[in-house]
Amino acid sequence: MTPTAVLAAISKKIRARVVEMSHVAETPHLGSSLSCIDMIVAAYWAALRIDPSNPLDPNRDRFILSKGHAATALYVTLAERGFFDPALLETYNEDGAVLPEHPGLQCVPGIEAATGSLGHGLPLALGMALAARIEGRPSRCLVLMSDGECEEGSVWEAAMFAPAQKLDSVTVMIDYNKWQATGRSDEIMALAPLAEKWRAFGWDACEVDGHDFDALLAALDKRPDGSGRPRAIICHTVKGKGVSFMEDDNNWHYRIPTAEEVRKARVELGQPEVRA
Amino acid sequence: MRNAFAASITDLAAKDERLVLLSGDIGNRLFDKYRERFPTRFYNCGVAEANMTGMAAGLALSGLRPFTYTITPFATTRVIEQIRVDICYHNVPVVIVGTGSGLSYASLGPTHHSCEDIGILRCFPNLTILCPADAMEVGPAIEAALSCPGPVYIRLGKKGEPVIHEKPPRFEIGRGLVMRDGTDVCLLGMGTMTAVALEAAKLLAAQGIAARVVSMQTVKPLDERLLAESFNRFPVVAVVEEHSVIGGLGSAVAEWLARSGPRRGMLEAIGTPDAFISEAGSQQWMRERCGLTAPAVAERIAARYQAAR
Repeated sequence: MTPTAVLAAISKKIRARVVEMSHVAETPHLGSSLSCIDMIVAAYWAALRIDPSNPLDPNRDRFILSKGHAATALYVTLAERGFFDPALLETYNEDGAVLPEHPGLQCVPGIEAATGSLGHGLPLALGMALAARIEGRPSRCLVLMSDGECEEGSVWEAAMFAPAQKLDSVTVMIDYNKWQATGRSDEIMALAPLAEKWRAFGWDACEVDGHDFDALLAALDKRPDGSGRPRAIICHTVKGKGVSFMEDDNNWHYRIPTAEEVRKARVELGQPEVRA
Repeated sequence: MRNAFAASITDLAAKDERLVLLSGDIGNRLFDKYRERFPTRFYNCGVAEANMTGMAAGLALSGLRPFTYTITPFATTRVIEQIRVDICYHNVPVVIVGTGSGLSYASLGPTHHSCEDIGILRCFPNLTILCPADAMEVGPAIEAALSCPGPVYIRLGKKGEPVIHEKPPRFEIGRGLVMRDGTDVCLLGMGTMTAVALEAAKLLAAQGIAARVVSMQTVKPLDERLLAESFNRFPVVAVVEEHSVIGGLGSAVAEWLARSGPRRGMLEAIGTPDAFISEAGSQQWMRERCGLTAPAVAERIAARYQAAR
């Protein structure tokens, strides 16, 4: 397994690239992307059984970025993980290019579902988990959702179905950064207590620091466990994580960083060489 | 038609191991035989159609061939975004089956009517729309759907509809089925209204008007060759459907007609009005109210034919 210090270094590199892409392509959702990068890195470098050279292997684990607005985090991860040439990232959001602001199905190798509209990822993953069970494949399904996304009714339809079918091959990671587009996620809707909600629906729920790789890896480990209970990992995160002047400032849901802000961010992230 | 669906889907599941049936807590006992034979390929998804529809897409993304089954408005308009994004955008072979379409569940009220489903679904790229006319067409329809590489919506009636075929007919996606030919007018029947069109043709024959009747088994893609031939040949071509005159087969044909240039034939679109029918009543009573009975259809077409001559 990759040591956590290595994972932390990978995260910093991805964060720097994501900040830069937001600037170059003038696309929003930077804070939302930064908050879940550690979760994605933990999944892709330590939990998922995947082979970038055989991205459509039927026995692979599935990862769905249900909060599709964090697409840049996934694109850079897949490129870093070897699914496609990182040079392709230069074309992000260009007219006619293959990498739009929300991921399309197999728009690059490794993208398992088209997301962008919230509340779709978990039902898709349950279907994939059922398919694996029907066909006797070992695939595990991992879904990364946002906290605001938990306001969608379809999430709770799926949450009620999975334990009924004992789908313990499914794990949900919730990026609980406490913000949604226009305000605090605990104020706009009665989201808290989030872990208790999942527990009440029959899930094996736990709460971790979503930027602590040891905690993330422990929470992702040993699944499925034969318990019949799907797992929900409530990841307490910081929106804009890794860049001091973006952290927990919800303006960065929509704001685009200037060239100077990109430079500062890259210095903070230990990646001072500016690419764009 | 729903019994024919249950029997056919059971036969098909025996032939195709990829087939998975998802039901939205409906069809009590209907799928007993299927469940007995294929317990690992049946899921009652509860009263949670959004999740059912999304899961179907997930199953299809993994290479299986899921069918979703529930009452038409809950299989379609309730989950329109799941159909659009999860199924049509992914372009995966999910078969959405709506039972009790149109005014089949008349007495249950407008919550259970579906006279807008095709109007909405027809806009979605990649989706094929099939409307079998009777129980005999159901088996061939789902077989055709299973052979289709993309998503399909099948619009079924309920039960006890008139059977218009002696044996299962051919069902080819994108082609209408000529039930009887004539020389004066053409009736394009959609789904269970094809039986009404056939009855209307008999009444027209008694008045000396010879009618062609077509079962328009596929609403999308349209059988444009058949449409061109019919509009070139007949002064009146009527669509008869248990769907709103906005958005249904009549609209689809009107759009095609506007695109394809002037033709000899005039379009007579006969469907349900742009209104919710909130009174209690049977399907037959509502058809009478909407002018969707054989005598009403025959009368309209005869008048149009006389005017067009």
